[in-house]
Amino acid sequence: MPAPQPIEDTKVRDLRPAGSEAAPVLRGTSGETGDRVFKFAMLVCGLAVLGMLVLIVYELVLRSGPSWHAFGFKFFAGRDWDPVNEQFGALPFVYGTLVSSFLALLIAVPLSVGVAVFTTEMCPKMLRGPLSFFVELLAAIPSVVYGLWAIFVLVPILSTYVEPFLSRTLGWSGFFDGPPYGISMLAAGIILAIMIIPIISSITREVLLVVPQHQREAALALGATRWEMIRVGVLRNARAGIMGGIILGLGRALGETMAVTMVIGNRPEIAKSLFAPGYTMASVLANEFSEATGDVYLSALIEIGLALFLVTIVVNALARLLVWTVTRGQPSRANA
Amino acid sequence: MPDTGEVSALHSVPPIALRRRVTDHVMTGVAVLTVILVLVPLFAIFAYLVYRGVGSINWAFLTQTPKPVGEAGGGMANAIVGSAFILALASILGVPMGVGAGIYLAEYGRNRFGDVIRFTADVLNGVPSIVIGIVAYSIVVLYQKHFSALAGGVALAIMMVPTITRTTEEMLLLVPQALREAAYGLGVPRWRTTLSITLRTATSGVITGIMLAFARVAGETAPLLFTAFGNQFWNLRANQPTAALPLQIFTYAISPYDEWHRQAWAGALVLIILIVTAVAAVRFAVRRGTFGAA
Repeated sequence: MPAPQPIEDTKVRDLRPAGSEAAPVLRGTSGETGDRVFKFAMLVCGLAVLGMLVLIVYELVLRSGPSWHAFGFKFFAGRDWDPVNEQFGALPFVYGTLVSSFLALLIAVPLSVGVAVFTTEMCPKMLRGPLSFFVELLAAIPSVVYGLWAIFVLVPILSTYVEPFLSRTLGWSGFFDGPPYGISMLAAGIILAIMIIPIISSITREVLLVVPQHQREAALALGATRWEMIRVGVLRNARAGIMGGIILGLGRALGETMAVTMVIGNRPEIAKSLFAPGYTMASVLANEFSEATGDVYLSALIEIGLALFLVTIVVNALARLLVWTVTRGQPSRANA
Repeated sequence: MPDTGEVSALHSVPPIALRRRVTDHVMTGVAVLTVILVLVPLFAIFAYLVYRGVGSINWAFLTQTPKPVGEAGGGMANAIVGSAFILALASILGVPMGVGAGIYLAEYGRNRFGDVIRFTADVLNGVPSIVIGIVAYSIVVLYQKHFSALAGGVALAIMMVPTITRTTEEMLLLVPQALREAAYGLGVPRWRTTLSITLRTATSGVITGIMLAFARVAGETAPLLFTAFGNQFWNLRANQPTAALPLQIFTYAISPYDEWHRQAWAGALVLIILIVTAVAAVRFAVRRGTFGAA
C-alpha cells in the first residue's frame, strides 16, 4: 500500500507547527490575565445590580429627609394634604393604595386560580398553549392602554349599569353608596384586578405543574372525583406557592400607577363607599411630582415613594421565598 | 365479616354519590366561567383598540407633530421617534450591564454572594416603576437642572437590567457543561470560552430575554413622567425633554378634547402593535431556536 504513506507524512508535518503554536497558549499568562480582567468586568456588572438597589435606597432616604424631620411618624397618620400651607399627611394615599389593591386581590384571586386550575387540570391539551398565551398577552398590554380603555369603556359601563345595580341591591352596607360617577375606587380595583390576573395565574400554573403526578393518581385511586382530586391532591399541596403568586400580584397592584391614576379620581379623601373617588401613593407621585414646588413638598412626595418602595420590597421578598421553596423541589409540608 | 365486606366492595364499585358528582360538574363549570371572565376584558380591549384606533391612524398621524388644541390633524411622529430614542438609550445602558451580570451569575456566581445578587435582581424586578422614576429624577434631572431623554433612558435601563440578568443566567446554565470542558481541553482560556462558546450557544435565549425586557419597558409611562417629561416638538438631543408615545397617550387620554381622545386611541394601537409584534417575534424565535423548552 504505497498510497497512504505520503498522507501520514503530511499529518506528521502538519502536527509540528501546530504543537509549537499550542505551547504559548498553554504556558501563556495572557489567558490568565484575560480571565482576571473578564471576571472583574462581569463582577462589576453583578455589583451594579446590587449598586442599583443601594442607590435607590440612598437617594430615597436622603431626599425624603426634610419631610421626615418636619413630620416624623405623624406623616403617615395625618389626613391633611395641603401643599399651599406645607401640611402633609399621607394617610389618604396609604388608605387608597391598600383598599384598591385588596379590592383587586378579592376579584383577581378566584379568577386566576380558576384559570390556572382549568389550564393545568381540566382543559384538553390542545387548548392549553393558546389559553396560557392569551392570559400572558394580558400582561403585555401597557398600563397606560389599560387606563385608556378603563376611562372610555369600563367607567361608562360602571356608571350606567354596575354601580346603580350595586347601590340598589347592596347600598345598605355603606360600601356602595353615593352618586354613581364611575370614576371611583371600584373602577381602580377592577382595572388593577385585570392587570394582576396574568401574574397570579401564571405563577399558580407553574406551582400546580410541580405537584407530583402520584398525588393526583393517589386521590383518583381512592375514588375521588376530578374536583376532589384537585382540591385534596393538587391545591392543598400547592398552597404555599399559590400564596406566593398572590403576594406577588399584591406587590404589582401596590405599585401600579398609570391605569389607577386615570380612573381613581385623585382626591385625597378617605371614604367608606367604593363609589367615592380616592387617591393612591403611586398616583399622587404621578400627578404632583413634576409640579412640586418647595423642598418640603418634594421631599414629602419622595417619602411616599420610599414607603411604597419598602412595602413592595417586603412583599416581593416574601413572595419570592414562598415560590422558591415550592418550585425548588423542597417538599412543602402538607400541614404547613 | 370484615374480609367479605372488603372483597364485595372491591368487586362492585359503589356509584359515586350524586352530591359529589354534581359538585364536580359545578366546579368544572366555575373553572370554565373564570376563563371566560378573564378572556372577556382581553378581547374587549383589543376590539376597542382596533375599533377606535384604526380609523384614526393616517399618514398625518405617523408623520406630523401635535397640533395646538382646536386644530384638527397633527400626529404623534415626534413621540414615536422619541420613544425609539429613549428606548435606544436605555438598551445601550442596560443590555451590556444585564448580560454581564447574567454571565457573572451563571459562570462565577454559584455561591453565597451570587445568591445575594440573584435575590437583589428579583427584588429589583418588583420595585414600582414610579419609584425608579424618582431615582432617575434625583440622579440625572437634578444635576442637569432640566428634564431630559437621558434621564428617561436611565430609568428604563434600571428596569431592564434585572430581567435581562435573570434570563441570561438561566439561558447560560442550559448550555451543557461538556461544551465548556471541550473548550478548556483545547486550551481556550475561560473568558474566550464564555464569550465564544457558552454565550454564542445561548444567543437565541439571551436575545429572548432582552426582547422581553424591551417589550416590558416600551409601554412604561410612570418613570417617564418626570424624567423624559414629554415635548410637543421634535427632539433628538439626549439632554433635552423628549416626547414618548406612552406619555402622549396619557396626556391625550385625560384631556377633555375629542380630537385628542381619538389620537390617544390611535397612539395606543400603534404602541400595542409594536409590543405585540416584539413578543410574538420572541415566541416564534424561541420555538425555532436552540432552547425550545420554555
